[in-house]
Amino acid sequence: MSSVKVKLKEKDIARIREICKEHHNNEGELINVLQKTQLHFGYLPAEVQEVVAEELQVSLAKVYGVVTFYSFFTMIPKGEHPISICTGTACYVRGAEKVVDEFKKKLNINLGETTPDGKFSLTGLRCVGACGLAPVVLVGEKTYGRVSPDGVEDILKEYQ
Amino acid sequence: MQLLICGGTGCRASESNVLKDNLEKELKKRNLQDDVQVVETGCFGFCEKGPIVKVLPDNTFYTEVTPEDAERIVGEHLVKGRQVTDLLYTDPEKKEKIADSKHMDFYKKQIRIALRNCGFIDPENIDDYIARDGYQALGKVITEMTPEEAINEIKESGLRGRGGGGFPAGLKWELTRKSQADQKYVVCNADEGDPGAFMDRSILEGDAHSVLEAMAICGYCTDASKGLIYIRAEYPLAINRLKKSIEQAREYGLLGDNIFGTGFNFDVELRYGAGAFVCGEETALIHSMEGERGEPTVKPPYPSVSGYKGKPTTVNNVETYANVPVIINKGAKWFASIGTDNSKGTKVFALAGKVNNVGLIEVPMGTTLREVIFDIGGGVKDGKKFKSVQTGGPSGGCLTEKHLDTPIDYDNLIASGSMMGSGGMIVMDEDDCMVSVAKYYLDFTVEESCGKCSPCRIGNKRLYEILDKITKGEGTHEDLDKLRNLSNVIMDASLCGLGQTSPNPVMSTMDNFWDEYIAHVEKQECPAGQCKDLLRYEVVPENCVGCTACARNCPVNCISGERKQVHEIDQSVCIKCGACYEKCKFNAIRIV
Repeated sequence: MSSVKVKLKEKDIARIREICKEHHNNEGELINVLQKTQLHFGYLPAEVQEVVAEELQVSLAKVYGVVTFYSFFTMIPKGEHPISICTGTACYVRGAEKVVDEFKKKLNINLGETTPDGKFSLTGLRCVGACGLAPVVLVGEKTYGRVSPDGVEDILKEYQ
Repeated sequence: MQLLICGGTGCRASESNVLKDNLEKELKKRNLQDDVQVVETGCFGFCEKGPIVKVLPDNTFYTEVTPEDAERIVGEHLVKGRQVTDLLYTDPEKKEKIADSKHMDFYKKQIRIALRNCGFIDPENIDDYIARDGYQALGKVITEMTPEEAINEIKESGLRGRGGGGFPAGLKWELTRKSQADQKYVVCNADEGDPGAFMDRSILEGDAHSVLEAMAICGYCTDASKGLIYIRAEYPLAINRLKKSIEQAREYGLLGDNIFGTGFNFDVELRYGAGAFVCGEETALIHSMEGERGEPTVKPPYPSVSGYKGKPTTVNNVETYANVPVIINKGAKWFASIGTDNSKGTKVFALAGKVNNVGLIEVPMGTTLREVIFDIGGGVKDGKKFKSVQTGGPSGGCLTEKHLDTPIDYDNLIASGSMMGSGGMIVMDEDDCMVSVAKYYLDFTVEESCGKCSPCRIGNKRLYEILDKITKGEGTHEDLDKLRNLSNVIMDASLCGLGQTSPNPVMSTMDNFWDEYIAHVEKQECPAGQCKDLLRYEVVPENCVGCTACARNCPVNCISGERKQVHEIDQSVCIKCGACYEKCKFNAIRIV
């Protein structure tokens, strides 16, 4: 997994320490700590993981191992408008793949990537539980149902 | 009077929350806010026709209601007493409007036990739950029954794990009870990872108290004072409602210390999953709750002996728990009277895919696939031909026409080459390529394999690559043999349930749709016309009227032809996107 190099500010480091402390610097709380940390930064670059490892007194390898194991954690910053396309089975049989292709083409990025201007990021996600509306696309918190490849342009226009 | 509005994820995505605000505004405008109560409930199940609004006490069931319809529902129905007929459900066969949901085919064959309160109560109000016998079972168990008696009741009911394994729940509880330890745990597995299944989240969104009550009962039976719910962080609504429910239960003294004054202590906490399918496996789930990578370990020892933090732990799925209070209240005999010999009670299925009535349904075990897909589901979408139904998610298999009359239960599904799984049920029609479907599931498994054991980590990747080759028309007969052999090895040699079942989609499609594999390999053809590399779009000269719709919509401008003249596709440029095929109104584009 590639990552972005960042230089953490003092107050960011303080915030990570605070989060770790809220969880009693307990190594068993690693996932909860990472979740809160990701909520704060939007993603988990290596430098952030280093601070977490130090605070919880675990190896950086363990933190990295957990971050890369779970799909919820990401080491790449998400776009201003994160686009998630449901690739669950119900959406798949109703043509989600074509919708994914259309987004890729229109934004010129692959799944898991962010546009160079930081505006959009594209991810596939497994079942949002709105199978009646398949195929489903989420942009931020907003849900779009029964999306066809033709509808992709209109969705993107709303955010441009 | 009451207005019940579905607040499940599907309906909320169609703005049911805006609808709720609008209804409240309309009521206020007419000064009716004290006479009519607006209640946001859990999922009604009929997601296809959402958002749903139900009017009580007359039981009028409105479908596909938009926020703008609020004015008519209040103005017409509530004020003038006239039903808004165009919002009623139309029976697709008889073309008649149906006002009461119990007369709809979708609901007629359903028996709702686990979903009993979904769509009936306000999930954020504990009094609503109590009014429908909520927490009565907990009271009965801890004041009138010994733990052994309660466990016996669950054993006799024949309740089996609804998460997929089908292990008898009562037996699990008994094993934990017999394990000696200073601390034991009750865990609820709410890490619904099967893509296309959403029953657990719907229960938690619509009736979280039923799960809390059952966990407390389990705690009493197994001497555990701590409950943990492992839930996907991607389920914000369910998490929110669980949090509220836990707080309310604590306030009412139904969770916490000295419950019902009996000295029994039990409390529940949430643990968040971070998105890993393998965490549905109980040992992996426990490791994840401990802050580790969610990798499974060899059983035994079973969690009932050594689970969370090495202590005896009972792990059950959401739907399993949701059945427990009803079994205690109505008795094991009643529950065991529903279902088949070895599968008792009901099962919730998430019916989705190419079926008319997508939704959440609950039917007695032993109902046939035909009844589910055609009677309840209303048949295949757009009048297409039924081809297959996939049950059990990535661990299950694809069944065909010949299995339609098999009664659904744990054993029959396994005998047919599939499995119950968590209850996903995806209907596929003639346009679905079964090789591609197998590839889709393998793609999922490869991504979700934890990587601990090599048969699963490497084997599934190889299966995927062979399937990919076949869908590109490069497969050989030798590849087909390899698929089978490798599948058997992965099933035999993998450590946990994920690997032991991951070749099921491959095996079942090879068993049931062998012709399709052969067509891909021998003729480089995809009979369903799905595999891009194997198909070609052509203009049918007799049908082409030269309307230019195809040429205008072609993204790579590879279609040429004058107005009112027969068009032509330049195959060397065509990217096979299918836009021309979809836009042509004259059947003048064919797939070969």
